[in-house]
Amino acid sequence: MNEQRRSILKGAGAASVVTVAAAAGLLKPGTVWAAGWNKAAFEAKDMAGALSSEGASGGADSGQITVKAPDIAENGAVVPVEVISAIPGTEHIIILAEKNGFPLIADFGLQNGAEGYVSTRIKMGATSNVVAVVKAGGKVYKAAKEVKVTIGGCGG
Amino acid sequence: MAGMKIRASMAGDVAEIKALMNHVMETGLRKDAKTGEIVPAHHITNVTATVGGKVVLDAQWGGGISKNPYLAFKVKGAKAGDKVVIETLDNKGEKDSAEADIG
Amino acid sequence: MKKLIMILAGAGIVLGSVSAVAGPEDDRTKLINYFKNKYSDIKIDDYIYGALAFSPDSKSQYDSIMEFPPFVEVLDKGKKMWDTPFKSGKTYADCLPNGGKMIAGNYPMFDEAKGKVVTFEDAINDCRVANGEEPYKYDDMKTMGVLTSYARTLSDGMKMNIKVDSPAALKAFEDGKKTYYARAGQLNFSCASCHIDAAGNNLRSEILSPVLGQATHFPVFRGKDGGDVPTTLQKRYSGCFKQVRQVPDKEGSTRFNNLEYFHSYLSNGMELKSSVFRK
Repeated sequence: MNEQRRSILKGAGAASVVTVAAAAGLLKPGTVWAAGWNKAAFEAKDMAGALSSEGASGGADSGQITVKAPDIAENGAVVPVEVISAIPGTEHIIILAEKNGFPLIADFGLQNGAEGYVSTRIKMGATSNVVAVVKAGGKVYKAAKEVKVTIGGCGG
Repeated sequence: MAGMKIRASMAGDVAEIKALMNHVMETGLRKDAKTGEIVPAHHITNVTATVGGKVVLDAQWGGGISKNPYLAFKVKGAKAGDKVVIETLDNKGEKDSAEADIG
Repeated sequence: MKKLIMILAGAGIVLGSVSAVAGPEDDRTKLINYFKNKYSDIKIDDYIYGALAFSPDSKSQYDSIMEFPPFVEVLDKGKKMWDTPFKSGKTYADCLPNGGKMIAGNYPMFDEAKGKVVTFEDAINDCRVANGEEPYKYDDMKTMGVLTSYARTLSDGMKMNIKVDSPAALKAFEDGKKTYYARAGQLNFSCASCHIDAAGNNLRSEILSPVLGQATHFPVFRGKDGGDVPTTLQKRYSGCFKQVRQVPDKEGSTRFNNLEYFHSYLSNGMELKSSVFRK
């Protein structure tokens, strides 16, 4: 109860910082921050909740999406992930790590010639699926790759 | 949090754009090893990239992107000399930006 | 009689210098053969990648991260330190041999005049002192770590080229070898237990890196430190000592310098590539 209230307050605080910054002209005019930030999705504790808030539930498994990620992560703090979508008209690539505290990692909106491709590095708290969800032509598709995460590091 | 770097080059008719940002990317879930206190969330929330003035990528991020984030994407129809601009905004309202010409 | 002693002494020195060449080279060749037999499908030159040589999955993560590594900013900072003149107006490039380029593989070297092993870090500090600056602390990653993580990249592509060619140098080499093979700490491990005997094996989730090539790529930037904090070779020694529950020597101490001298010799002929990512 308290915790919930706190996170609502925190959320309000964060939102007002952005508003104040914008009002003070710190955000250069012309910068497109139209999308805002999907707080409900990013703070969802499970994948179903995150995808539902993203409007990306119920995706069909697609062989046209490739998730390139290691079999065993060298380090859970830096896991290279590449998503390639061969689905025509790919508008969004969404990346999730199923067992993370907050599973939703990123939502990449792609337009004006941007190909169905993103490469980034993510944090993973535990062995789980890395899931890529693609939105294209009003439909939702998905693919997954399991990444094992171990703890340690000799670093030689 | 300044210090973003961009490398952009053409491969055929596709521009490959790579960026390395400089940010702590705190999830808000991590406990400080010494104090045991939760380290407050501090991460990039929005990334926008334009090529030749047109928005090509408009992303929202959580704290699950690694510290000092890396991002690469590809843009068809871009050409050498086009200007790439990437801007970021974090949950504290801090901004960063960088630009580079496609080589 | 006196003449005879002199002749014998002369012969002794000749013998000494012969073994000064043969000893270390013999050690190195034996290890190369050992690893060739143990892992016939791995090229010796690939051991510069350490444990990554054993795992294509790990190596591809390394390659991906090295494409635009999280520590580029640190190398920029190191370059600034390198380029900034001392109070004297001189720079590291003025002070070090060959402008500081393609030299790191010559270190550690045995300095006959000083009668001791001189590391690359020592040479940097000698420059600082000669130009009226305070030396850096060897274990300070914010200064020595950041500076050398750039400075050593100026020798990328050079092959390790450590020389042991005097009895005094051989003594330092042998001292380093003794440390490398001495079992110590509560776990009673030596460096060799993990990095020769068990190299390539798994220790829990870790693949143990082989001794060959280990000295070619430091400082490393470790994922566990967020990927943007340098770890020098001797800082890594400290870490290893602690992992076997042994109190480490001081970084920059004679014992660690001799260890680095021996250790680096074993990577002779292997290509340097400094400032790389490790898990």
